[in-house]
Amino acid sequence: MQTNVPGKNSGVQPAAAALGRDAGNGGCETLLPAAPRVTPTSFATPAFTFPQRGRWVKIREKIATVALCCATWAVLLCGFAILGTIAVKGAGTLFKTTPPFINMDFLTRAPETLHVFEDGGRTLEFGDQAFREFSASKRVEDPTWAPKNERSFVYSAGGIFPNIVGTLLLAAGSMAVALALGVSTAVYLNEYARQGRLVEIVRLAILNLAGVPSIVFGLFGYGMFVVFFGWNTSLMAGWFTLAFMVLPVVATAAEEALKAVPAGFREASFALGATRWQTLCKTVLPCAMPGILTSSILGVARVAGETAPIMFTAAYVLRDKLPWEVSRVADFFFQGVMALPYHIYVVSSKIPQNEYTERTQYGATLVFLLLVAAIAAASVILRGRLRRRRRW
Amino acid sequence: MSETRNATISEPAPVPAGPLIKIENLDFHYGERKALEDVSLDIGANRVTAFIGPSGCGKSTLLRCLNRMNDLIPGACIRRGSIRIGDLNINEGTVDPVELRKRVGMVFQKSNPFPKSIYENIAYGLRIQGLHDRHVLNWRVEESLRAAALWDEVKDRLESSAFDLSGGQQQRLCIARALAVQPAILLMDEPCSALDPVATAKIEELVHELKHSYTIVIVTHSMQQASRVSDQTAFFYLGRLIEHGDTRQIFTQPANKRTEDYVNGRFG
Repeated sequence: MQTNVPGKNSGVQPAAAALGRDAGNGGCETLLPAAPRVTPTSFATPAFTFPQRGRWVKIREKIATVALCCATWAVLLCGFAILGTIAVKGAGTLFKTTPPFINMDFLTRAPETLHVFEDGGRTLEFGDQAFREFSASKRVEDPTWAPKNERSFVYSAGGIFPNIVGTLLLAAGSMAVALALGVSTAVYLNEYARQGRLVEIVRLAILNLAGVPSIVFGLFGYGMFVVFFGWNTSLMAGWFTLAFMVLPVVATAAEEALKAVPAGFREASFALGATRWQTLCKTVLPCAMPGILTSSILGVARVAGETAPIMFTAAYVLRDKLPWEVSRVADFFFQGVMALPYHIYVVSSKIPQNEYTERTQYGATLVFLLLVAAIAAASVILRGRLRRRRRW
Repeated sequence: MSETRNATISEPAPVPAGPLIKIENLDFHYGERKALEDVSLDIGANRVTAFIGPSGCGKSTLLRCLNRMNDLIPGACIRRGSIRIGDLNINEGTVDPVELRKRVGMVFQKSNPFPKSIYENIAYGLRIQGLHDRHVLNWRVEESLRAAALWDEVKDRLESSAFDLSGGQQQRLCIARALAVQPAILLMDEPCSALDPVATAKIEELVHELKHSYTIVIVTHSMQQASRVSDQTAFFYLGRLIEHGDTRQIFTQPANKRTEDYVNGRFG
């Protein structure tokens, strides 16, 4: 009887074996009828067998695992390669070895032309202003002085302060416009409109906007805002163009967030005698806000990063004045700005590439990435706060 | 226990009045689907009226007609008949459903406090009516919570989230929230279906207390609950009102065979 118990089978074996032994005990035998004697035996020797999987099944499994793992690593590697290159090359511009370790000039000054020339056997690099001062002082000593082997590279000296400011303004303004339009649309579609064919068509149209290439938005913005509305190259034109570009993201996200608000909250509010508008403002929107913000984070990164929509509508290659240096408040909205992505494009495309231009390119790119990361982080924190206040 | 409850049932409510709510020949449709057919029912003031019947029999639909919550459902409409509260036909064009709902409060099956503090939950209905005086708000919040027998349990944590409360407390909070706007009628849609027996007993006790000041209509799946809390009972089946009358009569000597089968648990 006990030989039937497979030696390697299970943790219950000792107990089961003991059971078997008990049942086999002569003392009990007289008390128990024949049938129960069988029961512990079959209990101790399970009838289950687990056939091994075939060899090929195993190999196929292994190959699949390895392949998927490799693909994941390849993606990770690409990501690290891109970010790593930018970080390594950009760090040289953004950081320095002496305190405060951050190249403040790069962050606080406007772009200038870099002049590289030889003087007294040394190769000197000067930005525009420094170069002029240097030449002036030289000419005091020697009126015929001229820089030797002078080469100049546009935008490779100075900093990117106006670009940072411009990008922040563009991102903030366009997100404000996009949120206002997108949330209103979503609220109307989800809370007010009678669900039916028309609403479905509107939804489809909004989704289709998401598939339109950004350069098309740029052209649309140029035709609509810059030319037809006569806003010229301006913040307003850029805001609306960028806002239209992220509208599908924001509107869809807002609708999802509104749908996620339990119907019970609306019912409870209505049952207390609230109007639709009161219900919306006091209950539905506050509850939906974290969700709306979550998806808007993606939108922020996109509006901050797009070049094509702003190159015709809002971005200047170079502008001396900072955005707040305007005589009238209204002028603020109708001025063009410099923007980081467009600056990177200009610096990278317009001039021959070399070690001098590379600094600005990668420096600006690194700052740009950090900026977008910072905006996203801020939104995540804001969302977290809102969520803590209103969870359900 | 049940004897005292029965005694309560047999006693007539202190305010003998004509019917507060008069439902006459009501036909109600969800789109093409008929949900209620030819329902006529009088509901007395300061009494507890229970709607019983199997799922899908239209009892919740009728309840939601009384404060026009069905207006929010697309395609839902009353095809025939009328509902009068007092002398007013509540489905007339001149009646604003928003104003109606302030006088006819509702408590839902699933407790649905807002994701706000306990205090803000109660104050919600008052604030939307434009009441912002802090002293008045404080007073009304306390009064409502006391009326819902919740004050002693939450008075020290009015600012904490309503979701920190237990299920039964949440449901009483919802009752307090409905009471805060001082309705005349309180509709309860299976208020205890998600609660344990202890919490259920508390709510039922509360209903007993509240009927002195409010007219209560309660939808319930539990026959025991209907027999415990209500003065009048209406039995619905397949969108029709089969029988209505004193709760005791419905449960002991039902006139209709189907009512008898249902209250004895033979179907449904």
